[in-house]
Parts: sequence; structure tokens; C-alpha cells
Amino acid sequence: MTAVRTLVVRVPDWAVIAAGVPLHEPAAVFFANRVVASSPAARTEGVTQNMRRREAQGRCPELAVLEHDPARDARTFEPVVASLDVLTPRIEVSEPGRCAFPTRGPARYFGGDDALAQRAHALASEELGERGVVHVGVADGPFAATLAAAERATVVVPKGKSPAFLAPWPLSTLDRPELVDVLNRLGLRTLSDFAALPARDVLARFGTDGATAHRLAAGLDERPPATRPPPPDLAVEAELDPPAERVDTAAFVGRALADELHAKLSARGHVCTHLLIVAETEHNECLERLWRLDIAGTSAGVIADRVRWQLDGWLNGTAAHRPSAGVTLLRLVPDELATAAGRQLGFWGGGGGADERVVRALARVEGLLGPDSVTVPEWCGGRGPGEQVKLVPASVVDLTGERPSANPEWRTEPWPGALPTPSPATVPRAEVAAEVVDAGGALVRVSGRGEVSSEPVRLKVGDRPSRRIVAWSGPWPVDERWWDDAGRRRHARFQVVTDDGQAHLVLLEHGHWKLAAVYD
Amino acid sequence: MALRSEATAERISRLHEVAVRARPVALAREHVLPVLEPLQPLLPDGLRRGSTVAVGDSTSLALALLAGPSGEGSWAAAVGVSNLGLAAAAELGVALDRLVVVADPAPESWASVVAALVDALDVVLLRSRRRVSGSDAQRLIARARERGSVLIVLGDSWPEAADVRLSVVRAEWEGIGDGYGHLQARRAVIESSGRRSASRVKQVELWLPSVDGGVAVVDELATVRPLRTRTA
Repeated sequence: MTAVRTLVVRVPDWAVIAAGVPLHEPAAVFFANRVVASSPAARTEGVTQNMRRREAQGRCPELAVLEHDPARDARTFEPVVASLDVLTPRIEVSEPGRCAFPTRGPARYFGGDDALAQRAHALASEELGERGVVHVGVADGPFAATLAAAERATVVVPKGKSPAFLAPWPLSTLDRPELVDVLNRLGLRTLSDFAALPARDVLARFGTDGATAHRLAAGLDERPPATRPPPPDLAVEAELDPPAERVDTAAFVGRALADELHAKLSARGHVCTHLLIVAETEHNECLERLWRLDIAGTSAGVIADRVRWQLDGWLNGTAAHRPSAGVTLLRLVPDELATAAGRQLGFWGGGGGADERVVRALARVEGLLGPDSVTVPEWCGGRGPGEQVKLVPASVVDLTGERPSANPEWRTEPWPGALPTPSPATVPRAEVAAEVVDAGGALVRVSGRGEVSSEPVRLKVGDRPSRRIVAWSGPWPVDERWWDDAGRRRHARFQVVTDDGQAHLVLLEHGHWKLAAVYD
Repeated sequence: MALRSEATAERISRLHEVAVRARPVALAREHVLPVLEPLQPLLPDGLRRGSTVAVGDSTSLALALLAGPSGEGSWAAAVGVSNLGLAAAAELGVALDRLVVVADPAPESWASVVAALVDALDVVLLRSRRRVSGSDAQRLIARARERGSVLIVLGDSWPEAADVRLSVVRAEWEGIGDGYGHLQARRAVIESSGRRSASRVKQVELWLPSVDGGVAVVDELATVRPLRTRTA
């Protein structure tokens, strides 16, 4: 089966445009501390995809750091999609910044693919204005059309010429890093190399996902021809009474609908590949938008996200596109189905990453307590009891992936002068004032040569009663960061066991005793 | 008539048989989380999911308890324990890549924060600076039982009786003297008591922490040679 002739409208660097930053200024969007999108100005400075934030800022100090917000991207893209509504009612949003529609009907009406591409380009450019550029590509199948829209304003690949057009592209365009890595090591570099392999062997070796990639590389439709029009009873809908004018109220209903739809589909062993989101308002306006869903990641959460983004786009859009009244009905129609190939999970419940439930619970706690309240440990170097592991906000870390920085092997350098094991189990975030006195009741001091003035006999921490010292060791002088005025520390450490059996780490700094940690 | 009732009885007994065969098999060990080997004499069945364990004021005991499930792939959270010694946690066997530290919540949101964590994580280590209200505690216990997570309670702010109570009865540091040596290991007698199956009091002598920071059973031929031992 040859692929459906498709027109793709793409706005490069959409995530940056959506954040309201002009493209000639260096800016990058970060998720979990890695670059996910960047402006052309940032790229000329050497900022690349997936680069760590610190490295990106090192290469380009004036880089604007933008937050990854798919909801914002989707909301601001809605007017661009709406501007194309005059061409065809069947526009599908593939992702924020890219939409597609089949050209069969509209091309005949507007006088051919070239004329249609020109027209789509003009409409979207007008809506976008000075903010960015529009690329339009027409080819057989969405994948080839997306690549056609990669570089120039309008590219029309003649009918039937898609495989030849795809042939020289590198494998990385398949967006499957692990597969591409294997193929590269097998000596395959371009899509044509991969497409030349027998489809059966690819399926046997790389599974469904590999077979899909192979179909793409060969210029066929992404999905096997098994997609079927769904029976009508799969659509789910809910009436909203009172009508919802706010996104969160409508999205709440949307979430329940998404769960219902997902349950219905999975009971039949299907996944939804095209989702039609329909909203009706009090004034009988009917809003519709088609969303494309990735087969591999179709879950209730993915559907609910799309619904929320779309509602956000409608209800918070510009005045011209916004409905005139609240939403009274919300309907989700699975427009196209595919057989669920299933997702192979790890044998013992996945790797080291957090499951969705943990991430959601942490997001909820963050919502209750504020952004920096939920933290995860990361190893770093240091000599003090609390310096070897630092806490970083969970929101800047990708908990679902492997985190090498949470393993002790992350520290490669030795730290001479660090505390010997065992480490103290309680380390107050701020050191607590303390007093260590000798038999005569005078504060114990340490000379510049590291000699103790007298034997420590009693320890008093804060305003708790003082305790007799039964064993002690020290002083261990520490002179750290002498090159750095702000971070410089010079102190002497002692380990002290009191008569209640409790062991403490105390330190003497500039004549003041402090409690640094407790071994409880 | 008699024949008929006989046939019915047979059918019912067969149905029972089928029901027994089709019953979902739930192994007892799926309802417990593992504990570190040295702690097994105290908790022979492991940490029962849905239970509450009180550990008094010993943070290292709490961390040692946490290390069992954490090392086997469970996620754990610590709430209100912002002064946790994370290096010690790692030495005791807690997997830091599956540990979340939540800042001390304000009193009004404390219960909802803990409830949200109990929903998704296997082990929640908590300490509250104020006394937890009885109704909050009961709700959290019910939630933990439903979700199959374990609450480890530090301090004495928990109003309910814990299912298992662990405490350090005696402890003695070795390796440190009057101005020499350093803290090497703590020889501690840990006692467990509790309700129901845990009601029999058990004691075990452990190195908590041992020389390398972990937990070990005290072996009389121990390798730790104290320079001099001082007891309280």
C-alpha cells in the first residue's frame, strides 16, 4: 500500500517561538537539565540538542533559559492550525509546531499540490508574522512530507518519487536513537541502506518498532495497512453542566473521558492513532481538532494531555478563535485505530527509573509544597559530613531514566581528609552552636599548631543540659578553599562520645564550637 | 428427589474445587518487603506491606530498615527528615537513586503530603515535629494498608501503637579513646516488640554501623579490634 499523499506545515524551533523569544536571540528550552529545543542564534554559538545546561551556558553565556512547557507550545500553535482551516477540515496536529493533512481533496480544489503548498505557506506565514518561518512539504506519507518540510519554504516531492527522495537522508531522521546506533554499527548510514533490507528479517530482528521504522525508510505509510475505521460506539462524550468556561474544569472532564476511552480501546486490544477532539458550546458552536498519537506511547495520560492542550488552545486563544460561550459537551472520537502491539516492559518491572505513579505523586507533593521542596540526592565531592551528597530539586532531574550521579561511582576523585566511615546518620543542615569545656569549665581551644589546650570533659549542645564526655578524638584540622575568600573554611574537627552513648562530630571554628553531625 | 440433591451436592463440591483452583495465587512473600539479612532475626517475615514500624530516635536504625526494600528496587521517601545523613544512608545500603527527600511540610499540609507519597512509594520514612493527630494517623495507616506501603516512624510524635517497634537497648562505640583513634563501629543491641505476630520480644546484637558503614551481625571473632573500649 502506498502512503497517503500528505502536506506537512512545520514551524522550525516552535518551542522557542511559543515562549515568546525572537529567533535571532540565543535561547534554548530545557527539560531535565538538557536542551530539547534551541533558537538558530543559539545553535550558531554551538548549543546542540541534548546538551547539559551548564555546558550550553558555557558556550553561550547570554543564552536565555526557557522552561519546557508542552501545554504552552500546544496552546500557542492552535491559531496557526486554525489559519489553515480554510483549506481543509481534516487537519491533524502531529505535535506542537507541526501539523499535516491529506492533500487529495484540497489539491484538486486549489489546483494541484504546488498551488496548495503555496497557499498553505502564505496562510500560516501571515498568522505567524515576524515570529518565525514556515516550511511546507508535500510528499507520499507524513514521514516523507515532514522531511520535505525540513529545510526550505515549500518542497513538493512528485507523486511516487518519495522513496527516491528519502534515500539519501541519514538514519537519524528516524528518531530512534538505539535502533540507529545498531544500524550504524552494521554499516548502514542512509535510509535507502536500511530500506534495502528484507522486511521480514527486519521484523524478526528488531520487532514491531523496527518494522515500522523500515516501512518509513522505504517510503511506505508508517502504520501497517491494518488500520481500520472504528465502530461508532467507541466514541466517548460527556455533557458539562454548568458549561465550562475555564480550561481546568473542562480538562478535568477530559481526563475522565480519556481514561474511559483508553479502557474501551484496550479492552478490544486497540490503540488510537488519530484522536478527534470535539467540543460544543452553549451557542451551538462546534469545535473539532484531529490529533495524531504515537502508537508506542498511547496511554490514558497521553490522550488526556492532548485534550487539555486543545482545550487550552480553544479557551485561552486569541479573541478571533475563542468560542463565544462555555463548553457544554466534550466528545473524544478515535478516528483511526491500530492493533495494540503491546509494550514490552522489563522482566522485573522495568529498570532503575521511576514509574509513572511515583513521578505523579512527586509532582503532586511539589504542587502542595512548592517547586524546590521535593529533592533527590546526587553524589558530589567534599570532606564534610553533608558535602558528599547534595540534594537537587526533583523537578530538574529526569527520574524516569538512569541517574548515574546517584551512584557513589560518580565521584571519581579521592577526597583526602574526608571523614572516615561510618558516616554520621544525622547531619543538621545548619551547624548548631555547642560548647566543649575542660575539667575547670573553660572552653577547650586548639592552637595554631593543632594542639588541644586541655582535655575536653563536658559537651553542651544548644540549650540541652551538658553531658560528660567519655571518649574523644581529634583535633583534625581542616583548611579548605584557601584560594576562595567567600568559601574559605578553617576549623578543627573532633569526634566526641558522651555518657549517654551518643557520638557527635563537633568542630571548632574561630573560637566557636559547633555541632556538625550526630552518629545516632 | 434424593438422587437430585445428591447430584446438586456433587456439582457444588465440583464448583468449590474449580473455585479453589481458579483463586488468584498470592504468595505471602508478595505482601512483604525484604529486610537486610542482619535484621532478619528481628523481622523474620520481612516488612509486612501496610504496616507501621516505629524506630525511636535512631536514624541509622531507620536507614538500615529502609535499605532492605530500597536495595531490591523499591522507591522510598523521607518526609520531615531534612537532616538525614545521606552518605550514611548510602553506606547502610539505601539506593540513593530511588530515594526522595521531601522538605518538612507545614502542619496543615503534612497529612496530605504523606498520603500522596504513601499512594505511590513503597516505603515512607517520616518524622513530624508536632504530634500527629489521631485521625490523621489512622487515615494514613488505612491508606498504607490499602496501597501496600510501609511507614517507618522516627521520633515519638506518632499517636498510634506501631505494628513493630524497634529500639536500641544498648549501644557502645568502639575504636575511639581519650584523644586518639576514631569512631569505627557501634555495637548495638536492638530489640523488637509489637503487636500480633511481632508481640514476642526479640533481641539481636548488631554492628550498626559497622566499620564500612553497613550493618553486620556481631560475631565474637569480630575483625574490629578496639584500641580501648569505654562504656557509659
